[in-house]
Amino acid sequence: MLVAGVLIVGPAFLSAYWIGLLTQIVILAILAMSLDLLLGYTGLPSLGHAGFFGAAAYGVGILSTTYHAGFWASVAGGLVTGIVLAALFGLIVSHVRDVYFLMITLALGMVLWGLSFRWIPVTGGDNGIAGIPRLESQLGLPATGPIPFYYVALLVLAMCGASMIVLVRSPFGLSLRGVRENERRMKSLGFNTWWHCYLSYVLAGAFASVSGVMWAYYNGFVSPTYLDLTASSELFLMVTLGGPATLVGPALGAGAIVLLKNVMSAYTARWLLVLGIVYIVTIMWAPQGLWNLGNRRSG
Amino acid sequence: MKRSRTLCVALVVLIAVTLVTAQTTKDRPIKIGFMVPLSGGNAQNGRDILNGFLLYLDEIGYLAGGRRIELIVEDDEAIPAVGLTKARKLVERDEVHVMAGVLLSSTGYALAPYIEAMRIPMVYPVVSADDLTQRRRTQWIVRTGWSGSQPNHAFGEYAYHTLGLRTVVTVALDYAFGWESVGGFERTFLAEGGRIRQKIWVPVSVHDFAPYLAQIPRDVDAVYALLLGRSALQFMRQYQEFGLKGRVKLIGGGTTTDEHVLPFMGDEAIGAVTALHYSAALDTPANRAFSQAYRARYKKIPSYYAESMYTGGKWLVAAINAIDGRVEDRAALLEAIRHARPLDLPRGPVELDAYGNPIENVYIRKVERVNGELQNTVIETFPKVSQFWKYVPADYLREPLYAR
Repeated sequence: MLVAGVLIVGPAFLSAYWIGLLTQIVILAILAMSLDLLLGYTGLPSLGHAGFFGAAAYGVGILSTTYHAGFWASVAGGLVTGIVLAALFGLIVSHVRDVYFLMITLALGMVLWGLSFRWIPVTGGDNGIAGIPRLESQLGLPATGPIPFYYVALLVLAMCGASMIVLVRSPFGLSLRGVRENERRMKSLGFNTWWHCYLSYVLAGAFASVSGVMWAYYNGFVSPTYLDLTASSELFLMVTLGGPATLVGPALGAGAIVLLKNVMSAYTARWLLVLGIVYIVTIMWAPQGLWNLGNRRSG
Repeated sequence: MKRSRTLCVALVVLIAVTLVTAQTTKDRPIKIGFMVPLSGGNAQNGRDILNGFLLYLDEIGYLAGGRRIELIVEDDEAIPAVGLTKARKLVERDEVHVMAGVLLSSTGYALAPYIEAMRIPMVYPVVSADDLTQRRRTQWIVRTGWSGSQPNHAFGEYAYHTLGLRTVVTVALDYAFGWESVGGFERTFLAEGGRIRQKIWVPVSVHDFAPYLAQIPRDVDAVYALLLGRSALQFMRQYQEFGLKGRVKLIGGGTTTDEHVLPFMGDEAIGAVTALHYSAALDTPANRAFSQAYRARYKKIPSYYAESMYTGGKWLVAAINAIDGRVEDRAALLEAIRHARPLDLPRGPVELDAYGNPIENVYIRKVERVNGELQNTVIETFPKVSQFWKYVPADYLREPLYAR
């Protein structure tokens, strides 16, 4: 409640820089929540999730600069790119579990990264694609300062968050948790667990794509760093730090990491050390994540 | 009554005085925002760039145009999105007057639209992506470093005429910097009549050169290598192990033997000929002074990265002095940076062309061991080399950028 209040009225009192950080948090919160569907609710640890985020961002980048597509066409194109890839990859990864799932998603994530890095005529390679038009001007919003974009992002977060909450509370969401807890029992009860895992993977990819589209518009450029291993593992940490299978936890985890990175690095060049200590402390004393500390009922 | 009136007057005067002093900008520092990678794989290069800047700022006692300089340093982690966040922080929160830094081209390109939109002057001391000052040039970014193909245009001619090479194989990192360096070399080398037998591209994350070295035919005149950091060290070692050293001459881009890796190389590097706009062994009074000061302070040889922001700092300060420290007028500051002629630079005379890229000397250097230490001895100087070499800029820009 308090956090929601700050998110809604906060920008009125904050400087442009802080609103920028808040916008980043809001967009990455969608991404972290989408991974939570997989990691927390279905029990599938993906190390290539940033791939869909990045692929959607590239979709927007390529359509809006190389092909000068309109705003809605670019957005749709970005979403379709991410979702189609998730649907394809899902066919490959939904058969396996645990560490095998980890390895295959890692490999597929690297494939996407390699594609963004080496398919130079389309992706611009290492230099990426710059010059994505501003979202405000395309939506007919006033382009004064960072506030309009922030509220658009917040609205998208609210919509995605609400649909994810509905999803995990639905019978489908409950059966996902069943798969996580004991897949063999779910099978013997007559559930098609492959289908559940597949759908969960595609849905997570779809929400990650939404986040990727927003990220492309926020930064105005795309580059291979959006979908490299560092991005995927940082995302993984957001979820585990915040608390898997809570949805709210990963969103807070995203906020905590963005703030830690940006605030700490202003004071010390050794901010990575601080981040490392935070991770270790979390794993030692709050292995279920920060959100589960005060909220012990399991998801 | 009278007393209270005096009090009133005194108060008004006091307020007026504080207001006036608050408005004289002379008391407020000039804020310079600076960012390079200070963590991750590129941290050492970033640290070198920062070191050069700090050395110069100390020399002038952090004073320019009669005002104090406040330096705000940020780590861009060599990730473009992080670089953009840090740029936003520097501009919107710290309210810097001017920015400098960036190591990688990807970050350089990513920042450009933001810098143009915010209309804040920025100096790129290292980013060498050709198009930043060619087909995708911007108004507010001034490059004080070099463009990737710039020294290689000169080097292609030198390789043909002076080194007498006719056939060359290139081994280069497979990204924009590699393509542009090889592209520049290839263009002039071919124009003279030389031939590139094969172009071998190695991934940026290369660990083992064996599969690539095995492809090199033994009957070519030379191998042109464009590498940096760990890859350069590994390449040199394996070049010798494969028995190529002594049989096929080794030439290359300047970073392959730059002083950021040279001290870690052994005799295998001796004899390699490379081209760059700087060498720590350059024998001029300005460079001797810089090199000595840098060594005394950081206990190592200055790399071209270190020199880049020493010169960049000198350039910036010359511009600030030219407008008497009135950095609040950003347009004037930008003009001053564009027209600044900093003197006594370690790398030699420099001036900016109309496209925002320096016209500067290109040095052909040969690795030698002097007093027990490897150095890039300058064996030839091409004075005043432009990014367009001897071509007409308008024609040059109509052609596509160098690619694989």
